[in-house]
Amino acid sequence: MAEQPVPDYPGTEPTESVAPVGARLDLPEAGEWKRVSPKYVMVEIVGTVIFLLIVCAAAGALWLLLDQVWAAWVGALIALITLVSLAFEPRRVRSIGYQLRADDLLFRRGIMYQRFVSVPYGRMQLVDITRGPIARLLGLADLKFVTAAASSGVAIPGLAEADADALRDRLVELAESRRAGL
Amino acid sequence: MTSLADGDWHRLHPASPVLRGGIFVFALLGFVIANLRERFVDVVFGIPRQSGDPLDEIYERGAVGWALLIAAAILIVILVAFTLSWRMHTFRVSDESVEVRSGILFRSHRQARLDRIQGVNIVRPLIPRLFGAAKLEVSVAGQDANVQLAYLGSALADGLRRDILQLASGARQPRPAAGESLPEAPLPDGDPTLMPAGPASAGHAGRRQALNDYANTRVGEFLAPELDPDAAPPESVVRIPVLRLIGSIVFSGFTVFVAVAIVALIVSVIVGGSEWLLIAIFPGLIASVGYYISRFTKSLRYSIAGTRDGVRVGFGLLTTSNETLPPGRIHAVGVTQPLAWRPFGWWQISINKAGHSTNDGAAGQAATTVLPVGSLADVAKVLELILPGFALDEQRVLIQHGLTSRGGDDGFHNAPRRAAWLRPFSWRRTGYAISAGAVLLRRGVLSRELVLVPLARLQSVGINQGPVRRRLRLATARLHTVTGPVTATLGVIDVGEAARLLETVTAAAVASAESDTSHHWSRTGQDPAPAPAPRPVDPVGPTVTEVTP
Repeated sequence: MAEQPVPDYPGTEPTESVAPVGARLDLPEAGEWKRVSPKYVMVEIVGTVIFLLIVCAAAGALWLLLDQVWAAWVGALIALITLVSLAFEPRRVRSIGYQLRADDLLFRRGIMYQRFVSVPYGRMQLVDITRGPIARLLGLADLKFVTAAASSGVAIPGLAEADADALRDRLVELAESRRAGL
Repeated sequence: MTSLADGDWHRLHPASPVLRGGIFVFALLGFVIANLRERFVDVVFGIPRQSGDPLDEIYERGAVGWALLIAAAILIVILVAFTLSWRMHTFRVSDESVEVRSGILFRSHRQARLDRIQGVNIVRPLIPRLFGAAKLEVSVAGQDANVQLAYLGSALADGLRRDILQLASGARQPRPAAGESLPEAPLPDGDPTLMPAGPASAGHAGRRQALNDYANTRVGEFLAPELDPDAAPPESVVRIPVLRLIGSIVFSGFTVFVAVAIVALIVSVIVGGSEWLLIAIFPGLIASVGYYISRFTKSLRYSIAGTRDGVRVGFGLLTTSNETLPPGRIHAVGVTQPLAWRPFGWWQISINKAGHSTNDGAAGQAATTVLPVGSLADVAKVLELILPGFALDEQRVLIQHGLTSRGGDDGFHNAPRRAAWLRPFSWRRTGYAISAGAVLLRRGVLSRELVLVPLARLQSVGINQGPVRRRLRLATARLHTVTGPVTATLGVIDVGEAARLLETVTAAAVASAESDTSHHWSRTGQDPAPAPAPRPVDPVGPTVTEVTP
């Protein structure tokens, strides 16, 4: 990669369509995705349930105490949507993946709204590891890869704590060897 | 090398505290005048006063002594505070960094590394400018992280900027004194009375000769071209004709707003009966006139030039500003054309950069507009300046296509026909291309836009797809750069093409960052040729004066 002549980027010439013409967004050349811990589903479910309880309580309060009937309908609707999305939670967690490639970190998430991000290691400004209360009970941690661009948004949730620390050290090491100025 | 960049601590211009407190001083002056205006009228024109003023009040109550004492005390406190703050405010420029120490009670010490400089800005607000002072600001990436030197002597500021940029560029040897002579414009007759009021009153030297010299220097500095003629080769300078500037301001979104307001006003007057509308709109219309005038004066004398140490953007008639962006500090470039500008073929260029000057740019916009209005030729010229490597015919053609082409097979990877469901007018034009170390994104047909992202500055690449785009086998692509007015997004792109874009752009960004040397832009291949020097693409190429660190 280093000795590659720079001006001749692949893709400058019109390329023939080699990618499979599936409707889904996918990276055909990408390798094996690393998945986050299945236990992370629990974290998501607990968070969703808490959100659900708050919505129900607020709607109930508006309905019963202040006599606002519309609040009950809105609350019920939000609760229904949340419950349906709860059913997809395991799949959504399975969709989160990342891989450390030669020069960049590749990240994906989402099933309905898919998102792929690729960040060259040299662009790393810092790596953040956070642990929420429930994640800590399950021995999980979230890792965030921060670049100078606010929109990069590479956050890998639900890593086993040891994995998160190892991944952080690995990323810092990779970034050090490929440091790019801002 | 001036004596200021020698690694020792130096003080600012002695009048700095007064100049920095400028508005406050003038408010005080205004307050005094407002209260004593009848007395002035009495003294000057001999018209007797009708009512008493605060001085009469003091006199009648027999508190003259106290009043004098209080005035003297306040004066002394202010003087002491100003002197102390001047003495404590020191700065130092060394090979590695710029440092500023300031504050009396709360000391602060700020240090900026020279190889992290994002831009050097010299601002001359009107009043300090009359006194021959200027503010120098070194911006680095980060919120409120700039190092400000307010105020320095005008000539010293110019010299210091040259030194800072030279040190930051990594050139260890002093350069041939290209800009050594100060931009002292030769005065035709040296008559200060022709000049705007001020310079003569600024002098307070006793002897007539000294006063004359001082006034002449001030006037010379005031009239000096904001761009040192030695600093940039004339062919790399872009200027904006006054008529075009007026046109660009008149044909803006704000005018539509004003026109609507006027129509509403007329209608309300004709229909009658609703005075409140008149009251609501009329002051706004008067204010809008002020807005037009201030936009105009702030954008006057706009110039963009390529210097050895990057692009210099200068503007302003009364308050002048002059920012130098070293090579490789520009993270994204957006070339746009609002619909109203299309008949005239005008374009605007704005950029994303990591460091932000605290001063407003031209026309009160954030200082991210490098070309407020320009023709196609101006755009090509500016792009060559800010993106070294875009001076070749291939890139010129690509830019031409990116700006004005209606789409088709012209070097861009365009969106497929089915994208018309989401972009009914612009789908033909929505596409990307990679060339000369930058990604070009093209979009919009009514309001046309071309975004260029230098690969070495690109932070990451993302592709998204929601349910609607999945049905159409489309996706969204976004190049992530530092925050700014330019967002590099492609709203529609073929699914397979999106995946390819992610792979190719990432690979190219990695390769480009490896060969990027712009943090020490003069270190490799210290060029004797005038700027704009193309950024050396190959780091192992012939180096003239490589200095091993």
